[in-house]
Amino acid sequence: MTAPAFTDTPREAARAFRAALDAMARPGRIVEIAGPSGTGLSPAAAALVLTLADRGTGIWLAPALDTPGLRGWITFHTGAGFTAPEGATFALGPWEEIEPILPRLPAGQPDYPDRSATPIIECQSLSKTGARLTGPGIRDSARLSLPDSPAFAANAAAFPCGLDFFFTCGAHLAALPRTTHVEVC
Amino acid sequence: MYVAVKGGERAIDAAHDWLARERRGAPELAEIGNDQIAGQLKLATDRVMAEGSLYDRDLAALAIRQARGDLIEAIFLIRAYRTTLPRFGHSVPVETAAMACIRRISATFKDAPGGQILGPTFDYTHRLIDFALLAEGAVPPPRDPETMPHVTGFLGRDGLIEAADPDDTEPGDLTRTPLSLPADRALRLQALARADEGFILSLAYSTQRGYGRTHAFVGELRIGLVTVEMEIPELGLSIALGEVELTECETVNQFLGSKTEPAQFTRGYGLVLGQSERKAIAMSLVDRALRWKELGEDFTGAPAQDEEFVLSHCDNIQATGFLEHIKLPHYVDFQSELELIRRIRAEALKQGTADTTEPEDRA
Amino acid sequence: MTDQAYNFAYLDEDTKRMIRRAILKGVAIPGYQVPFASREMPMPYGWGTGGVQVTAACLTPEDTLKVIDQGADDTTNAVSIRRFFQRTADVAVTEHTRDATLIQTRHRIPEEPLTEDQIMVFQVPIPEPLRFLEPRETETRKMHELSDYGLMHVKLYEDIAKNGHIATAYDYPVMVEEHYVMSPSPIPRFDNPKLDRSPALMLFGAGREQRIYALPPYTKVRSLDFEDHPFEASKADHACDLCGAEDSYLDEVIVDDAGGRMFVCSDTDHCAGRRAAGHVGRLGAGTEDVK
Repeated sequence: MTAPAFTDTPREAARAFRAALDAMARPGRIVEIAGPSGTGLSPAAAALVLTLADRGTGIWLAPALDTPGLRGWITFHTGAGFTAPEGATFALGPWEEIEPILPRLPAGQPDYPDRSATPIIECQSLSKTGARLTGPGIRDSARLSLPDSPAFAANAAAFPCGLDFFFTCGAHLAALPRTTHVEVC
Repeated sequence: MYVAVKGGERAIDAAHDWLARERRGAPELAEIGNDQIAGQLKLATDRVMAEGSLYDRDLAALAIRQARGDLIEAIFLIRAYRTTLPRFGHSVPVETAAMACIRRISATFKDAPGGQILGPTFDYTHRLIDFALLAEGAVPPPRDPETMPHVTGFLGRDGLIEAADPDDTEPGDLTRTPLSLPADRALRLQALARADEGFILSLAYSTQRGYGRTHAFVGELRIGLVTVEMEIPELGLSIALGEVELTECETVNQFLGSKTEPAQFTRGYGLVLGQSERKAIAMSLVDRALRWKELGEDFTGAPAQDEEFVLSHCDNIQATGFLEHIKLPHYVDFQSELELIRRIRAEALKQGTADTTEPEDRA
Repeated sequence: MTDQAYNFAYLDEDTKRMIRRAILKGVAIPGYQVPFASREMPMPYGWGTGGVQVTAACLTPEDTLKVIDQGADDTTNAVSIRRFFQRTADVAVTEHTRDATLIQTRHRIPEEPLTEDQIMVFQVPIPEPLRFLEPRETETRKMHELSDYGLMHVKLYEDIAKNGHIATAYDYPVMVEEHYVMSPSPIPRFDNPKLDRSPALMLFGAGREQRIYALPPYTKVRSLDFEDHPFEASKADHACDLCGAEDSYLDEVIVDDAGGRMFVCSDTDHCAGRRAAGHVGRLGAGTEDVK
């Protein structure tokens, strides 16, 4: 039995997208997003998958999440295929398993920087503490509980190429586009 | 007293009512039926199917009726409808060699297996208005379609024409992926198949007059029905979904060889939904002109050789929309230009560099 | 009442997913034009199909939509697009800038300052700011890749040499975060400063040209200029004849056969709000709108 998805897809996906858009447009802002439980993903990550993935997008699943149940759920509800990191539009998993494969994810080309992956990081907690963020979408500065990693500075330095991250925890979501300058505090 | 212009909603409603009246025409005359349009204005219906990219004759006829006979408007209706349809899958490539032809001619060989079949062509009619049509006349009985081999196949046996090897690369899809350049031939053909007939006609004509000349002969032109099949993986077989009428043209083009290719004949290809040989021939000429790079020919700057120019401007729905949008209000941009021109003129006049005098603005 | 024959906000869910992915990438790369597989819409290309697709991908049932064309809510194309979303998304609509959560616009940015809770969607005819200097996409893409905007600076400088002014009055090019040169759509250059560090998210949709781009809130947007010829956000040197506003963009209206003119706010909501608050312009006394 496959876990549930949205019950009223057009309206629920619309709300989920607005939450994702709000998060991506305002790095550091933590927004609520409604999605199904019992899928093997947080409701927030499940909502992102249902809203953004389809037959045309490849998904890389971190080993910690990679179960027949979740694969079946994603295939049934989105039609998305599973791929190695090099072919991924979305990479799903905890930071410990995503960080090592970041260099293998598509970061776009200088003439088509949009052709880059969007990692969706499942987090234990998400709060407005920790790293200091500045850049487009942020009036002065924001803070976000990012993992301590040189990966974010390297990602920003590759602009206009780069990855754009979502961080999910329960029914909460935050984002970090490639334009954000991250200072570890 | 100045009254601000309001009432856009009312104006739109009134325009729609007026349009509905005009579409219907004089109420004392019988309303034209879809079956009459599909049956008696078949070539108009076929053009709407081809450029609308949707093989549905009844719908095309309805669109023509709704569009009051404006074919580009009808094509637009079909396109806007088509884009809302779910996609269940894709067919296996149709086999035009197995076409049940109602027309098949070759300009390169006097005769070939299967023979020359003129079919329902205007070609040798004298273009004299047929006043007899005003009175109903008897029609001759129909003729059965036949299958026959491709003429270019005979040239292929001797190696005289470039090979057209099967290629199982999945073609791009213009309706699902934004056009990115350079485009491959499959994508170009896809764009040309739904392109505006008039635009493609003129481009093809320009190659004949020397703007990217390709020395084209009509190797074969055929019109007829082909079967559309779809593979059903669950059943492990393909099933026939039905038949579609197609027009196919293959040109044979003289080619003396280049840095990369030996002297041989080359091909231009045209395939169009329904019956439209003008479009199919024109498409094959433009296809051949666009192939200059792969054949190692020179780019002479001819419009028909210029992939970006052709693909960016061949769609009549894009073109007509953008052309007609200039009738929308542009008060704001015009006002900004007006203000700029007045300022530049005022400064020029002040400096005495202009010898005309500007009448003062009446406030 | 939503038209049951069509999906919520008209587009099918697969199309919305594709557009939504493009919007997110656009937001992540401010000023860069993301290609997207624009669909045929039930209104012609050139009439706002890009904006309509972006709006359709963003709308939620809780939104309040405002649609303006030339600053006005009652121009025919604004009416037509507003009706389209009322019919297909059953969404609440307003003419008041401050009540709107999503504003689709053609050629203007409202006078009233926008807020963090609002999204602006611009209809864009030609998204490529370099298009009229270099018609080939294959070339302009390279220029953006290399941030090679010499051609644009030469054009602007030639204007100054010839006319003493930069001869671009609308669709005046901007530099985004010192990286991409971007078309702000054909807004008058009067509106350009409103793009800089705006609290509202700005999304741009070009349907026929198949491009989406974005300015996240608080993005640095600079109108191109030269030290000795700084950018000027100019407007007609008049006050609104209805509400007396001296700082709003004006439409010029010919009012009699002798060619008499008056100037009125192009932002109709702004003008009506000021008049309701008691402001009166030169010809404003005793006038009223007729519906």
